Amino acid sequence: MAVSSATPASLYNPQFMDHVNNPDYNYQMEDPTHVHEGVNPSCGDELTFSIRIGDDGTIEEAAYQGHGCAISQASADMMSDLVTDRTPEEALELCDLFMRMVKGEVTDPTELEQLEDAALLKDIAHMPARVKCAELAWRTLSEMLGTDGEE
Amino acid sequence: MSLTAEELREIEQSPFKQDFPLLAQNPDLTFLDSAATAQRPAMVLDAERRFYETMNANPLRGLYHLSVEATSSIEDARAHIARFICAVDEKGKPQADEIVFTRNASESLNLVAHTLPQTVGLGPGDEVVISIMEHHSNLIPWQQVCRATGATLVYLRPNDDYVITQDEIEAKIGPAAKIVSVTHVSNVLGVENPIAAIAERAHAMGATMVVDGAQSVPHLPVDVRALGCDLLAFSAHKLGGPMGIGVLWGKKSLLNALPPFLTGGEMIDSVTETDAVWAPVPAKFEAGTQDAAGSYATDAAITYLEQFGMEALERRERQLATYLTDSLATLSFVQVIGPTDGSRHVGAVAFNVDGIHPHDVASILDMSNVCIRAGHHCAQPLLAWLGERSTCRASVAFYNDKADIDRLVEGLNTVWSIFHGRI
Repeated sequence: MAVSSATPASLYNPQFMDHVNNPDYNYQMEDPTHVHEGVNPSCGDELTFSIRIGDDGTIEEAAYQGHGCAISQASADMMSDLVTDRTPEEALELCDLFMRMVKGEVTDPTELEQLEDAALLKDIAHMPARVKCAELAWRTLSEMLGTDGEE
Repeated sequence: MSLTAEELREIEQSPFKQDFPLLAQNPDLTFLDSAATAQRPAMVLDAERRFYETMNANPLRGLYHLSVEATSSIEDARAHIARFICAVDEKGKPQADEIVFTRNASESLNLVAHTLPQTVGLGPGDEVVISIMEHHSNLIPWQQVCRATGATLVYLRPNDDYVITQDEIEAKIGPAAKIVSVTHVSNVLGVENPIAAIAERAHAMGATMVVDGAQSVPHLPVDVRALGCDLLAFSAHKLGGPMGIGVLWGKKSLLNALPPFLTGGEMIDSVTETDAVWAPVPAKFEAGTQDAAGSYATDAAITYLEQFGMEALERRERQLATYLTDSLATLSFVQVIGPTDGSRHVGAVAFNVDGIHPHDVASILDMSNVCIRAGHHCAQPLLAWLGERSTCRASVAFYNDKADIDRLVEGLNTVWSIFHGRI
């Protein structure tokens, strides 16, 4: 049996790379209501995620800072875009869906549409070594909002 | 240093790949991670199978011929390994009972860290000297030992040219040193450390010299007498043997003086309700049923290497490492971490791609079936000291060829173009 590579050529596509090279949410936010740090000790990835919850109870603004691989950074950018204008409960549900997607537990494209650009990372499910990179931002947000995102 | 046309011709192709089923069956695979584990030649796989098909019985215990045969296969392997690392007496007779089988180099080093401090009476005020280049396997055990005994952990550090100088050796290894434990070859920088000089100083100060040979025994002719060390640890899987076999070589007088590490079956002479008498070395250190097939297959792995000779394999690997280092130097966006002289790299060459995380580099290379390591290489204190969070590492073995390295370079150009849209 031939050995084949586990990294799909489609992963580092232009849409993904646009989040890496031109992130919209990678900055220091002024007056956040919540700040939380996430780390992947084995990769050295570090992420500080900030949100501001407005008077109407929705996430008005989301931003991140830190360093790490392209997957962890792009994932944070995609997530920031996705959770803006959502309630914390909605954000947590999306985190849960994302975590299940990268574990390969959800593959239904219709269900994954809810994740918008973040659905681009579904192939991470075939790259066990990179799941932690993709999860970092989502795990950080889940922890910040009061659950660890795991069952 | 760059290669001559003749040397380039020598590495143009690999006459060895056909001996390695995984490489032979996957011509498109570029395996540049032999510092993590080597590929295995068919001879080793055949030996493992032959053991179970023709001589399988629990060694040491039985009085019937099959068990005797299994026992001989282990004892023959011990003698062969002893000869391979020049653990021989004045008449050239291999000292088979100086070879202890463990699961891996980590276990060999843990055996030493759990027994040697007691034998040398390590305590507060004493020093254990290691280097900043240690793999965690030769670092964490000594951190733990120092924590438990009150001894101080002291680090040898290389200069800007990645050399541990004589001045450094004399400054760091003083009269308080009781144990010196240093890696022969760095698994990140690929450099060979001056073990003979370190051992000489250690002995002059009355310390015991331990060497982590995990990255040297597979690539260099190693002579424990010339190194002047007291103990040497290495793993079979990095030299083409099976995973799960490690070796600890030690001078017999020292092995005799060490207390046992693991206790239980096979490692005793006699046991009463209240006491036990240990078996002679090496059995004293081999509690429970050993991986006899693994020992037998390790014997075959060494036989495979000896067909060509370690000197010849070392020469080829230095040519490959030189070509690798020189090729990386042609890429403006790649920085080699370690000597720029490729011939100083024993197998491993660490590097980074400007602004691109090593994990992304490794994942993108994987798209074209190029396998390299990326991360902290189980050497976090070294990376911190180098000011790096993580690095890429390509490592060669004799079965690699020029095309493998050309495919790495091609892959790195792809990495750069994916991130920057151009080369």
